[in-house]
Amino acid sequence: MASYRDLLQQVKAEIDEVDVPRAREILEGPEPPLLVDVRELDEWTEGRIPGAIHVPRGFLESRIEQAAPDHAQPIILYCAGGARSAFAAKSLGELGYENVSSLAGGYTDWKRSGLPTELPRSLDGEKRQRYSRHLLIPEVGEEGQLKLLESRILLIGAGGLGSPASLYLAAAGVGRLGIVDDDRVDASNLQRQIAHSTETLGEWKADSAKRTIEALNPDVEVVTYRERLTSENVDRILADGWDVIVDGADNFPTRYLVNDASVWHDIPVVHGSIYRFEGQVTVFKPHEGPCYRCLFPQPPPPELAPSCAEGGVLGVLPGIVGSLQASEALKLALGIGESLSGRLLLFDALATEFNEVTLRRDPDCPVCGEHPTITEYIDYVEFCSGRPTHA
Amino acid sequence: MKTVRIPPTLRSETGGKREVHAAGTTVRELLDDLMSRFPGLRSQLVDEDEIAPFVNVYVEGEDVRTLEGLETEVHDGSTVILLPAMAGGS
Repeated sequence: MASYRDLLQQVKAEIDEVDVPRAREILEGPEPPLLVDVRELDEWTEGRIPGAIHVPRGFLESRIEQAAPDHAQPIILYCAGGARSAFAAKSLGELGYENVSSLAGGYTDWKRSGLPTELPRSLDGEKRQRYSRHLLIPEVGEEGQLKLLESRILLIGAGGLGSPASLYLAAAGVGRLGIVDDDRVDASNLQRQIAHSTETLGEWKADSAKRTIEALNPDVEVVTYRERLTSENVDRILADGWDVIVDGADNFPTRYLVNDASVWHDIPVVHGSIYRFEGQVTVFKPHEGPCYRCLFPQPPPPELAPSCAEGGVLGVLPGIVGSLQASEALKLALGIGESLSGRLLLFDALATEFNEVTLRRDPDCPVCGEHPTITEYIDYVEFCSGRPTHA
Repeated sequence: MKTVRIPPTLRSETGGKREVHAAGTTVRELLDDLMSRFPGLRSQLVDEDEIAPFVNVYVEGEDVRTLEGLETEVHDGSTVILLPAMAGGS
């Protein structure tokens, strides 16, 4: 019967091994392979090779296809000393992976050679449980969740769109949420603004939303701005540092301020708007995709501006549009997927129909174009009182 | 006949209709036909013989300003989307 030593020797003869200097060279090369740490969790949490992902040996066969769907993808496996990773390499070979090698000497040799290691950031047990459904998604995982916990998203408005967007962003574990809103909770809001409740009638919406968010997820820090966004305060508010803006404003002056500020501060905006049964969503990525002024260079004249509050809205519509905004904001924060940049999504709840139109950058855009003509904030006059209704 | 989608903010001008048929082979002809039947649309859509700057017109998902403007051809079966700026979020 073969001893462990015999078996290890036999396996090592069948697989490819790579020593530490060579592994380093390959990892620093133009097309670095996937580096997989197959050790146990307690070993991984004490330090790892930078860039490695963690798939413990015991789960290797069942999880590797999530991490490396392409069987031709080059993979380097490592463990503490090079034995477990040798067996792991053999298993991957049997699974059809064509380009697998095991790091000879493992993490121990890597560290002994004075090469860089890092302590992986990790979630504590409580967070691991709270965000477990995110951790199961390969595109999010622990790294992604840690990224979300460090991300900062500013919501313009805690109304119809801001309510669902803020709740889903909070539930997802976005570390800091800013809320700009100068309004108080009114009974007519509760048909759709789910961040507020009968109990918070009369409170500032920013405070009411903050309470709801904190009850939902204490991991989230909520920064409230009980003020209307203006040319006077927009720079101060944006200077607090935001990765993404979710625009759920209810008027043109704020929409244009948010747009111009986002271009000048280089912060992507997830834009949403609603009216009766219909909503629109897009992403404005400064200097990469179109901005709001590429789409509409200037607001309509006051007499033609469609009424806002007076138009009415189906209560669930902002739930759908605001949730789409939250989804786009999470993707931007995680750096995954295809955003709606360059596409305007139109949703019609009455027909249950989605349509899409193409948005392009306008080289003559007054703000993000080649020769901008608007270089400072414009306070448009509020004109959302609605045009006269026809008899 | 071509189909033109009327945005919710302009439906008070079309008797509440979300889609109307219009005749013509270019955007200009279609809009002229529409505006002759629904005169209230004129001030909402055009400004001195141009598409008003606060409205976009899409033919098959493309902004006609990036195509041939008012002279953009519209084929049978194509859908034209009128899209004025919409600010509501609350």
